[in-house]
Amino acid sequence: MIRHSPLSRALQILMGLFLLFLYGPTITILILSFQGPQGGLTFPLKDASLHWFASLFEVQRVGDFGGSLKRSLILAVLVMFVNVLIAVPAGMALRKGFRGARTLFWLTIASLIVPSILVSLGIGLLFSQTGLGTSWYTSAFGAHLTWTLPFGVLIMIGVFARLNPAYEEAAVDAGATRWQTFRHVTFPIILPNVVGVMLFGFSLSYDEMPRTVLAGGAYNTLPLEIYAMTNNVTTPVLYALGSLTTLVSFAVIATALVLMSIARRRTGGGAALSKPSEET
Amino acid sequence: MRAAPSPSLHGRFDRLLPYLQIAPLALVLFVFLLIPLALIVVVSFWDYDSFRVIPAFVTFNYTEMLGSPTIWRTMWSTVQFTLITLAITGALGFAVAYYIAFYVRSPVMKTIFFMACTIPFLTSNIIRMISWVPFLGRNGLINSMLMDIGLTAEPLDFLLYSRFAVVLVYVYLFTLFMVTPLFNAMSRIDRSIIEAAVDAGASPLQIMFRVVLPLTKTGFAIGSVFVITLVMGDFVTVRLMGGGQSASTGLLITNQISCCNILPPAPMRSCSSSW
Repeated sequence: MIRHSPLSRALQILMGLFLLFLYGPTITILILSFQGPQGGLTFPLKDASLHWFASLFEVQRVGDFGGSLKRSLILAVLVMFVNVLIAVPAGMALRKGFRGARTLFWLTIASLIVPSILVSLGIGLLFSQTGLGTSWYTSAFGAHLTWTLPFGVLIMIGVFARLNPAYEEAAVDAGATRWQTFRHVTFPIILPNVVGVMLFGFSLSYDEMPRTVLAGGAYNTLPLEIYAMTNNVTTPVLYALGSLTTLVSFAVIATALVLMSIARRRTGGGAALSKPSEET
Repeated sequence: MRAAPSPSLHGRFDRLLPYLQIAPLALVLFVFLLIPLALIVVVSFWDYDSFRVIPAFVTFNYTEMLGSPTIWRTMWSTVQFTLITLAITGALGFAVAYYIAFYVRSPVMKTIFFMACTIPFLTSNIIRMISWVPFLGRNGLINSMLMDIGLTAEPLDFLLYSRFAVVLVYVYLFTLFMVTPLFNAMSRIDRSIIEAAVDAGASPLQIMFRVVLPLTKTGFAIGSVFVITLVMGDFVTVRLMGGGQSASTGLLITNQISCCNILPPAPMRSCSSSW
């Protein structure tokens, strides 16, 4: 609606440069991870090979890559499910309103913006002072939830704000119980967004590092392992690891997007929400 | 078939339901956010020796810190990082959001552009930081390019492991946190306002700065909260990209913790740096 002008041209170029800025480095390390055995951390690419991917799986070379990957994946799946199971009911409660709703809303926001290192330090203190001890599946699990829940709850608040109550009222009028209304009316409508919340839960946990650093216990998660590797690994094996974890992230995002579009098609293109969703 | 519950029982359940639904969230935030933060404040008044913290009420943790010039210098450096990053991400985020919101016409393309900005957020931050090394290093892409075209004779050293690298990576990682709230704010602007401005003869630049900019204040506010807390609390970027020459409060906290086993100076410092 605003006519094209030198300004729109400039913005278009800026947008292009911004995307290059966002993706250029990632693409670069993707290419450099195929560096030959003699190659260094920068170009030129000497004798492209899979050498560094192979050395990833030799335990003594780069630390416990396999173990940390396994821990991170288990933790991310756990966080994904627990996160969505807490965020969806919380969104429903906040939609209905209750005494203390504002406090809880602001507490959720606080959980998002309190510096991660403080959350990590506090949880580390709590678990060490009470003698429970920190580990990746207890204290780090909680630390991850403090990071993923705000995203989950905020997305659900947005979804329920746009959800037209007429559909649920119609179901109740037709004699549906509360559970039937949720199961057959509400849930199918919000399903694409529920998948979105699961995507956020998984990805944010899988890549989480500042909140894990003091709450993670004796065994590293993958981001901590990578952080440790940056101290003493100066070969392209780091890029191989980076490419691999980025591919895992992209695979998860792609899966979620496919699931979301299937869910959306089944409920008639999200027509029940007053506006097509943009959370993703 | 079960009998229908009596109305009073039904009503009571209705009133209780939101509390049951919110309880898990409240529990997690209480145990993993409120108690830990409270504990940091408490322990900051405790005494300590080389092995453990000792419950007591002392204030020398604070006086020691407030008297240390290193702390003040570090905090000043953190504030500088924050302000520079805020200015750049604000301007860049506004331009990008403005382009997507007002110049991309089809909703599908809008979604694609917006997702292209969001997807990197869902991949590993550390890997994204490391991916700047081949660009910025002494023999990196930028240096070899500059020398090839004859702009510089020697490789520039300030590119990597410097304050420049730290700010660059902050902008790289955190601009998204500006784009999203600004894009939301712009999507909510009534299109008829823009049309009225066009009809009244406003130039594209005037629309951008005189009409849209004032209407996106909340977007800037939300984005700023994110950028400020992310930069203030960061220690990974400063350590990886700053090369030991840059300091930040977050890094100071982690150093305090790693050189002593969870000692009060670290918790105390974190209290004063964040509130």
